Amino acid sequence: MTHTEPFEGTRGQRIFLTATTPPEFTLDNYKNVLLDPSNSEGMAKAFFNTLTVTIPATIIPILIAAFAAYALAWMEFPGRALLIATIVGLLVVPLQLALIPLLKFHNEIGIGKGYLGTWMAHTGFGLPLAIYLLRNYMVGLPRDIIENAKVDGASDFQIFVKIILPLSFPALASFAIFQFLWTWNDLLVALVFLIDSTGETTVMTKQIVELLGTRGGNWEILATSAFVSIAVPLMVFFTMQKYLVRGLLAGSVK
Amino acid sequence: MHPALQGLITIVIGISGCVGYFYFSNQFIDKVLFPPRGENAGRNINRANMIRPWLFLLPALLALGLYLAYPVYETLRLSLTERSTLPDGTTAYAFVGLDNYGQMMREPKFWEALRNNAMWLLVVPALSTAFGLLAAQLTDRIKWGAAAKSMIFMPMAISFVGAAVIFKLVYDARPVTQDQIGALNAIYLALGGTEPQTWLTIPIWNNFFLMAVLVWIQTGFAMVILSAALRGIPEGTIEAAIVDGANPFQLFFKIKVPQIKGTIMVVWTTITIVVLKVFDIVFAMTNGQWETQVLANYMFDKLFRANDWGVGSASAMVIMLLVTPILVWNVRNARKEMK
Repeated sequence: MTHTEPFEGTRGQRIFLTATTPPEFTLDNYKNVLLDPSNSEGMAKAFFNTLTVTIPATIIPILIAAFAAYALAWMEFPGRALLIATIVGLLVVPLQLALIPLLKFHNEIGIGKGYLGTWMAHTGFGLPLAIYLLRNYMVGLPRDIIENAKVDGASDFQIFVKIILPLSFPALASFAIFQFLWTWNDLLVALVFLIDSTGETTVMTKQIVELLGTRGGNWEILATSAFVSIAVPLMVFFTMQKYLVRGLLAGSVK
Repeated sequence: MHPALQGLITIVIGISGCVGYFYFSNQFIDKVLFPPRGENAGRNINRANMIRPWLFLLPALLALGLYLAYPVYETLRLSLTERSTLPDGTTAYAFVGLDNYGQMMREPKFWEALRNNAMWLLVVPALSTAFGLLAAQLTDRIKWGAAAKSMIFMPMAISFVGAAVIFKLVYDARPVTQDQIGALNAIYLALGGTEPQTWLTIPIWNNFFLMAVLVWIQTGFAMVILSAALRGIPEGTIEAAIVDGANPFQLFFKIKVPQIKGTIMVVWTTITIVVLKVFDIVFAMTNGQWETQVLANYMFDKLFRANDWGVGSASAMVIMLLVTPILVWNVRNARKEMK
């Protein structure tokens, strides 16, 4: 993309500025970034948008995956091994492949760009790991408990809800943390499926990228905004590290 | 409607929909379709048990099929077609064979992205795994090891974009007359450099400055997995080696590492996949300028800036092709394990 005409005219003068007042500690940056409603570069709206993306996108795949994982772990049916292998394969399919076809699909069914499509996309992309993690965990549950319940006349649905789900709590928590971190930190899915030209639905990661472009030198604004977006995952990380480690150990394909 | 409210409603509908679907479909089978009583009780129970797994799997299969399996096929198809807008405003797709791939091959930016991806593939998994292994070994027997591990692991929780901001600050350059706020330039000047460098604009080397971000993030992942593997090594082998007079280096490289080779491979391949999909870091820090393009960002460029679905899909297929060997390897391992 080079312009054919030569550059004419002179460059503007470069100006360097040296501050004479020394820096001081202040919380004004946070006030400015979080609480000032007139600040269009503020993070308040983006924060709530991120939250709106994250919570449904974390909860819905867990439920769907839990049922599927139970079937793959404890029910006998033809094609089970093949299905598990397929899911292991889907674990590594790059997200990039899904962008155009799904955008096209979302436009065709009329939901276009928006939260609904984003939640569905995150659900689809999160499912292979969720099913894989949960199945691996459920397979390890003691067979006796399940068989005793069956002898006592419990249906599969009852066994699942009353026995398997409570016992699988650690695995469910592990996946919930993964999915939360992944959806909270995501940029690509939000760019493609959520953020339209109005910018009303912008998320924090996108907002920060914008700031990197427009406010590249204003580190007080950039650092404050970045910290606002980092703070929540860090809190989750430090309070639930145990489950995160457990999930990583169970989730890496052996 | 406020999006938060919409979100809440979606959660409620989603969850009650899921639970309701599972509950009522199971009820339907047991009470209406194949009741386990009457003259056909035995046959009905068998039939119900044949259908039930598929009831449990259906929502997951639909989602997986629509959001992962179908896109693979559709991307392949789109990479072989050309999209054009007709005069009356409708879009038309024409089969063009491998034209999109040909067009992509003629673009220097594609080769640059491929070259950079190759460098990322060589450097990032190797360094992350090596640092992770080192950290796992060193933090194993010391008192503050747990705290150190926590700090090394922490970047896992931070978004690529957040990490990009942190490293942009590290690489920041100010005119030489001012104090440097970028750590790298401060060190560089302290070591005798004369002029602050804008690190991210120096071709070839800037790729490594970007890779550092991903290494920083992935080292924690490698450490956690490898640390668990190191703990799992039978004590006997280590004690025997010590009795035989092995020094710490021999102990580490000749006794411990060979025993966790499988886990090292797993860590390596997992990070390799992350590298192949790397997008956010490049997008946020250089956006592919100064010869730092990578495939995922190249694809994004084609899709949403050039609006060229054909070449965009073709580059997505290249990423898929690069992932495929790992996919096959993973599936084979998983099958072996199940037998």
